[in-house]
Amino acid sequence: MSSSPESAVEALVNREYQYGFVTDIDADTIPRGLSEDVVRLISAKKQEPAWMLEWRLKAYRRWLDMKEPHHWANITYPPINYQDVIYYSAPRNVKPLGSLDEVDPELLRTYEKLGIPLSEQKLLAGVAVDAIFDSVSVATTFKATLAKSGVIFCSMSEAVREHPELVRKYLGSVVPYNDNFFAALNSAVFSDGSFVFVPKGVRCPMELSTYFRINSADTGQFERTLIVAEEGASVSYLEGCTAPKRDTNQLHAAVVELVALEGASIKYSTVQNWYAGDSEGKGGIYNFVTKRGKCAGHDSKISWTQVETGSAITWKYPSVILQGDRSVGEFYSVAVVNGRQQADTGTKMIHIGRDTRSTIVSKGISAGRGNNSYRGEVKVLARAANARNYTQCDSMLIGNRCGAHTFPYIDVQNPTAAVEHEASTSKIGEDQIFYLKQRGLNTENAISMIVNGFCKEVFKELPMEFAVEAQKLLGVSLEGSVG
Amino acid sequence: MADRSGGVGVSGAILQDYVATSRDAGAGAPWLGALRQAGLDRFQAAGFPSTRDEDWRFLNLAPITGTSFRVADTDAAGVTRAALAPFLYPIPGVITLVFVNGRFAPALSDRHALPRGITLQPLAAALAAEGELVRRHLGQYATPVQSGFTALNTAFVADGLFLRVSRDTVLDAPVHAVFVTHSGADGVATHPRNLILVERGARAAVIESYVSLGQSAYLTNAVTEAVVEDGAYLEHTKIQRESERAFHVGTTHIRQGRDSRGLSFSVSFGAAICRNNLDVVLDGPGIEAQMLGLYMGRDRQEVDNHTSLLHAHPNCGTREVYKGILDDRSHGVFNGKIYVTPEAQKTDAKQTNRALLLSDAARIDTKPQLEIFADDVKCTHGATVGALDQASAFYLKSRGIGGALARKILTYAFAAEVLEEIPYEPVRAALEAVVMSRLEARTEG
Repeated sequence: MSSSPESAVEALVNREYQYGFVTDIDADTIPRGLSEDVVRLISAKKQEPAWMLEWRLKAYRRWLDMKEPHHWANITYPPINYQDVIYYSAPRNVKPLGSLDEVDPELLRTYEKLGIPLSEQKLLAGVAVDAIFDSVSVATTFKATLAKSGVIFCSMSEAVREHPELVRKYLGSVVPYNDNFFAALNSAVFSDGSFVFVPKGVRCPMELSTYFRINSADTGQFERTLIVAEEGASVSYLEGCTAPKRDTNQLHAAVVELVALEGASIKYSTVQNWYAGDSEGKGGIYNFVTKRGKCAGHDSKISWTQVETGSAITWKYPSVILQGDRSVGEFYSVAVVNGRQQADTGTKMIHIGRDTRSTIVSKGISAGRGNNSYRGEVKVLARAANARNYTQCDSMLIGNRCGAHTFPYIDVQNPTAAVEHEASTSKIGEDQIFYLKQRGLNTENAISMIVNGFCKEVFKELPMEFAVEAQKLLGVSLEGSVG
Repeated sequence: MADRSGGVGVSGAILQDYVATSRDAGAGAPWLGALRQAGLDRFQAAGFPSTRDEDWRFLNLAPITGTSFRVADTDAAGVTRAALAPFLYPIPGVITLVFVNGRFAPALSDRHALPRGITLQPLAAALAAEGELVRRHLGQYATPVQSGFTALNTAFVADGLFLRVSRDTVLDAPVHAVFVTHSGADGVATHPRNLILVERGARAAVIESYVSLGQSAYLTNAVTEAVVEDGAYLEHTKIQRESERAFHVGTTHIRQGRDSRGLSFSVSFGAAICRNNLDVVLDGPGIEAQMLGLYMGRDRQEVDNHTSLLHAHPNCGTREVYKGILDDRSHGVFNGKIYVTPEAQKTDAKQTNRALLLSDAARIDTKPQLEIFADDVKCTHGATVGALDQASAFYLKSRGIGGALARKILTYAFAAEVLEEIPYEPVRAALEAVVMSRLEARTEG
C-alpha cells in the first residue's frame, strides 16, 4: 500500500550528502606515512616542549607493539594502511589573529556554507566558538569573557605552550597513552583539539563549543581534547561535526578526556554528521574514538550526550569512571545508521566509589542496510556499596535489510548494588503513520515526528542550540523511511 | 560468530590421553566410528575453549582443561536404589532409566510396557537396533565445531538416553534419565549422549538428572540433541545436582519444527564449575518456546548459563526467564542470545534474567544479547542484579518477621517464582526442599 512513502524514502535516503564540498585552501601537509621522524616533525611544527615530544614518542613506540583490534566489534572494514595516511595538515595562513577580518575569506565562506557564521555567532546566545579547520584552531572568540572568570578555553597546541603545568598534570590521566591501539596512535600524532580548564568554584559563564571539520583529502584527523573542572566547577561543552565528501575512507581517531574533581560537573554533547559514504558504502569516515571521563572527586558528575548520524563506521564508547563517592555518570545516545553505515557504540560505567549512580539511555535507529550495535558495560566493583544503574536501550528498525544488536555486559561484585537493564525493539507502526496522516501530516513529517518522539529522551538532554540541529540531522538522515 | 578457538587450553599429554582412551569408547558401525573420529579430530585441532573465546570469557576452565580425566569404569556395584532415592521423584507412571558412570544400569532402572510407537532404550542398544534412524540424527544438531566439549563428547559417544515418540503418539508420563557418578570417582570423566525424537503431532516429557553419590571431583560432559517435529510438544527438564567438587558441562540442543511447542527447564545446584549451554532453533513458523532456569551458587561455585535462541521463521513466540541466587564467594554468569533473522517477522521474544547476591563476595556477570535483522518484531530483555529488596524486608519486619527469617522467606519466594512453573508436583516439592535446605544451612553473618 505504501509505494509512495517508499519512494519518498528512497529519495531522501539517496540524497547526496549536502555538506559534501571541498574548500580549496593552501594546506601545510607533510608526506604520507608514520615513523619516529614524522612524530618529531609534528612536534617540531607545533613548537612543542621536549616533554611533549617524549610523551608522543613513548606512545608511538608502544603503538608499534600493539595490534589493531578488529575481532570483537560488530563492524567490518578493509585493512587500514597506516603508512598511507597523512598525519599532519594545517591551514597555511595561520597567524595570530586580532579579528575575524584577518581570517582567510575562503575559510569564512566555508563556515557560512556549514551554517556557522562566526560573525553572527558572537551575537547569538553567548556561544563561544573555537573553530577547528582541519587540525589547527584558526579563530577563537569570547576569550576575553572567559578569561575574566578564569576559564581557559584554547586549542591544545596553545595549551601545551601556555599552560604546560596543567596539560602535563592531566593529559593521559584518564586515557593513558597505552590505553588502546587508537588511543596510542592518537597520543603519538595528535594534531590539535580543545583544552578547557575551569578553576575551583567557577561556573563557566557560557556554553563552550567547537566545530571540527576534516578537509584535506586523506588527512587522518587526530583530535585531542582535555577538559578539567576543578572543585565545585561546572562546564557544558558542545562538539559538532560535518565533513566534505571523499572517495577514500578517512580515519578519525580522536581522544577526549574529562576530569571532574570534587563537586564538579561536566556535560559533553556531540552531534556527529560526518560523511557516511555513498549508497554502496564507498568513502565515508571511520570514526574510531576513545572518550572517557573520570569523576575523580566526591559528588562529581559527568554527562555524555551524543547524536551520531554520520560516518561510515562509528566505533566509540564514551565512558565514566565513577571513582568519587556519590558521583554520577550519564550517557544519552541516539545513533542512526542508513545506507551501509555501521555503528558499534555504547558506554562503560565503572562504579568504584560508594553510592555512585549511573544512567544509560540509548536509542538506535537502523535503516537501509545499516547495522547498529549497542555495546555497554556496567561494572560494580566490590567497594561500590549502594551503586545504582539504570540502563534502557531501545532499537528501531526500518526495513528488513538492516540490523540491530545489543551487547550489554553487566558485572556486579557488590550485593548492595542495584542494576537494571531494559531493552526493546520496535518498528514504526503503520497505524501510527495512518493516525498522523489523518491529522493532515504527510508521510514524511509523520515519520519525522515518530522518530523524534522515539529520541526525545535524549534530545532533551542536549543544549537548546544542538537539540534543534539534531532534529534537523535526523531529518536528513532518514525521515520518511517505513518498512 | 566465527569459531576462533585455537588449539589452546589443552596440553599435549592430556590430549594424547584423550586420543588413546577414545579408541576404547566402544565398537560400532563404520559411520559411528567416523562420527567419533570427526569429534576427536575437531578436539585435537581446537582444544578446549578459553576465556579468549567470547562465549567462554567469564569462566575459568583451568581446573577442567588442566586435568587428565580417565574413562570411568562401568561397575554399578555400590550404587543402590536406596542411595538414589533422594534424586528420584514419585511422579505417577514415571519411567526411570539409571546410568552409572555413563553406562546404563538395568538393575537400578524402572521400565514398564509402553504404548506402540514409543521406543525408549539406552543409546548403546539403539545404536544396534535402530542404527539407521540414529545415524540420521546423531551429531546433526550438536556438532563438534560448536565447542571443544561437544567435540570431546562426540569422540566418546557410547551411551545415554534414546527416546523416539512416533507420529501422533502421546507419552503420558515423563521419562526420567538419571546420570549418577558413584563415590570415589575422582578424576574420571563421563560423556553421556542423549537423543530425543518427537515426531509430528507427538508429545513427550523428559527429565534429565545429573547426580553424584559422593563428593568426588569428576567431569560430566553431557550432550543432548532433541528434535521436536511439526506440531509436536516436548517438555525438557534438566536437574543438575552434581557433587560440589565436580565439573559439569552440559549442552542441550533443541530443534523445533513448524507449530511445535517446547518447554525447557534448567535447574543447577551442584558442581564446582557448571556450564549449561542451551541452544534452541526455531525451524519453522508458528512455534512457541519457553526457557526457564534457576541456579544457586555457594562457597566458590561457578555457575554459567548460556542460552541461544534462533528465530529463523515468522510468527514465533518465545519467553525466557532465568534466575540466580549467589552466596558466599560464588560466581554466576548468564548470557542469553536472541537472534532474529530477516525472515522472522512478527517475532515476539521476551527475556528476563534476574540475579540475587546474598553476600559481599558473590559476583555475577550477565549479558543479555539481542541481534535483530527483522523490522516487525517485538523483542525485549530485562536484567536486574541486586540484593534483597529493602522495602519487602521492612514490610515483613513490621509484621514481626525480622532478620534471618525474612531474608529466607524473600529468597525462597525469589526462587519459587521459577520453580512453581515446573509441571510435576513431586519434582517441584523436592526442588523447593533443596532450596529451603540450602537456605537453612546458610550461616548468617
